[in-house]
Amino acid sequence: MAVNENGNESIELLTKEADHLKQKLEEERQKLNDVTLATVAERLEHINFLSNIKTRRHLKGHQSKVLCCDWCTDKRRIVSSSQDGKLIVWDAFTNNKEFAVSTPSTWVMACAYAPSATHIACGGMDNKVTVYPLTHEDDSAKKKTVGTHTSFVSCCMFPNSDQQILTGSGDSTAALWDVETGQLLQSFHGHSSDVMAVDLAPSETGNTFVSGSADKTVLVWDMRTGQYVQSFEGHFSDVNSVRFHPSGDAIATGSDDATCRLFDLRADKEVAVYSKESIIFGANSIDLSVSGRLLFAGYNDYTINVWDTLKCVRVSLLFGHENRVSSVKMSPDGTAFVSGSWDTTLRVCIFHL
Amino acid sequence: MVKNMDVEDQVEALHLAHLLASHGYLFPVDDHVLTVKNDNTFYRFQTPYFWPSNNNEPENTDYAVYLCKRTMLNKNKVNLSDYEAQNYARLQKMLARKWEFIYMQAEAQSKVDKKREKTERKILESQERAFWDVHRPMPGCVNTTEIDIRKVHAKHKPKTVAPPRPRLCTHECNIPIIISNPDAPSQSFEKTSMDALKREVTALKIRLERRNIKLSKIAETYIMYYEQYTEYDPFFTQPEYQNPWLTDNADLWEQEIPTKEISVRRVKRWAFTLQEVLADPLGRQHFMRFLEKEFSSENLKFWEAVQNMKSLPVTQVRKFAEEIWSEYLAPDASCPINVDSHSHELSRKNMESPDRWTFDIAAAHVYHLMKSDSYPRYIRSEMYREFLNGSKKKASVKGIRSIVSFSSIKKEPSMTSVLE
Repeated sequence: MAVNENGNESIELLTKEADHLKQKLEEERQKLNDVTLATVAERLEHINFLSNIKTRRHLKGHQSKVLCCDWCTDKRRIVSSSQDGKLIVWDAFTNNKEFAVSTPSTWVMACAYAPSATHIACGGMDNKVTVYPLTHEDDSAKKKTVGTHTSFVSCCMFPNSDQQILTGSGDSTAALWDVETGQLLQSFHGHSSDVMAVDLAPSETGNTFVSGSADKTVLVWDMRTGQYVQSFEGHFSDVNSVRFHPSGDAIATGSDDATCRLFDLRADKEVAVYSKESIIFGANSIDLSVSGRLLFAGYNDYTINVWDTLKCVRVSLLFGHENRVSSVKMSPDGTAFVSGSWDTTLRVCIFHL
Repeated sequence: MVKNMDVEDQVEALHLAHLLASHGYLFPVDDHVLTVKNDNTFYRFQTPYFWPSNNNEPENTDYAVYLCKRTMLNKNKVNLSDYEAQNYARLQKMLARKWEFIYMQAEAQSKVDKKREKTERKILESQERAFWDVHRPMPGCVNTTEIDIRKVHAKHKPKTVAPPRPRLCTHECNIPIIISNPDAPSQSFEKTSMDALKREVTALKIRLERRNIKLSKIAETYIMYYEQYTEYDPFFTQPEYQNPWLTDNADLWEQEIPTKEISVRRVKRWAFTLQEVLADPLGRQHFMRFLEKEFSSENLKFWEAVQNMKSLPVTQVRKFAEEIWSEYLAPDASCPINVDSHSHELSRKNMESPDRWTFDIAAAHVYHLMKSDSYPRYIRSEMYREFLNGSKKKASVKGIRSIVSFSSIKKEPSMTSVLE
């Protein structure tokens, strides 16, 4: 009994201490909160020329909702996955389908192009991440299941190498797998709900990555230790998408609370919110332009909003899709971006200077 | 309604209204197609009872009752559309056993309805109809009640997160910006667990000790970064070669394979950071040649080897680590590198069971050396400057056109479109 009381007491003590620390942290933050990003950015010129974003390619061929897409390093090929269980590799430049892979599951929610462009990976409701080689031979024999989670795979990516895959899953973990052996190299525990998105830091060593989760938080991980080194709160609903700023110093997020935000690693806090009263639907997927100034976000209201990350204002609104936009990705050289939608199509858009 | 929101133009307003309609919050009085047009037809707000955010997935039985009622109301002229009639027939088959009950309920409901005033009845009728238009849409329409399966999954878990339904009230969306309430989730989940609390406290302490940078400085760095890279962002500056998506000409991409001519822009970028030089294969090659002249190329070679090791399959890591050890770090190494004793000692210890991170500390040390020592000298060196000037000359030889577009970009970005 005494032990129990002690336990209760120390819980109380700890809770108090935690609260106290939080308060102090908040105070410290306020001290550093001297100006807002938007005021500093006032001296920049307004971006008012972006009305000229045009759809250059309209990729049709999926039978059902497009759930994910990824660029190839050759800047012209795209892999996309759909609810009908199919993966399609497009040469977006010529509008041709080059490969079609049928997977045994439906809801293929994640797909990724390997850096060498010879393989693609996918994952979904089957809880697995599977690698398919891109050959015209009978590929069903050559497919390879690399890793298995205890819940669905929500996202996957190759971290700078064909030999590893990083996944995020509904079992609240992220994991790094060895492709050849299927060995789990490292698992990352820390989220209290589904991991929705991961992104690798653009640093030269590639040792850190970031994850966004349905527990509303964003965590920054050290790949070597499997521990998270920084956490960011602020969103009011599921974080659906995370991307590193190209400088590697900040993380942009998109969430179901209809906002996108920017969190800075050096300030250890949120530095900007991108929202508008007329945007009431959740953001599914985001990406940044090469200079980090533009944020492209695909929403559940069928539109893509383009934000000025520095001035914190919307600079463009793109219509076109006839259902939710599930995936937005910038091409590797930043010349175009692709958007996948539940209307079963993909659009490649460019800016017409 | 449109006035209430911060909407910029009519197109956006219409789009938003259309979405509200298709999600069943708004519906036209006369028509039963759920869209909003910019004419003077009147629209009615759906009663909150029928809002999708309040309702769970409606059951087939209710639908059957509704369809049944509609057939009864119009005995003489069948008023169901084709798809509704089909659904009706299918439901009749599916729910054959319950059909009597459904019929009775429909009868009762229509009796109640008849007692109501005519206008009230009409309103109710249209509300009900709009509701079913949302939940059992016409084939070929977008079904807005479909939910992302990832979210469905999350809903069924014990720790439920906010349901992924779009929220109606726009004022709600404002709240998140004002109040920041990061503690709520962690508190409710972890209150009971001592360990979790302890961890939280230590994590908070660590966070408190972190030295953070002022927002003003951070904002400056973003702007600097943007200004530095704006030349390389195709959304701000015309690419050096025509954007292939625009010209249907893949030259830009193919040009990068043979490196006969290197553009000024590309070489200029190497001066930004060491990372930029190393990211460009050509820059890396050139930097390596510089280091060779300085007799310190083993640093870069070691660093490269360590990065390569990370991308190997696990089965090969051990062998590769041993190779790196014997080449760069062992006492009798063929190509020894200069690292401090601490990282050397650490690497030696790690060699007992080598993994992909064995030399990470040493590599970081070497990287720092290159960044603070060799790299600044490289950027100031004659070698880099000559290379930069060389590419400038080549560009001018190649043709006046390219230099015109280049210099005009520098002076006045807005002019480029005219000149091109």
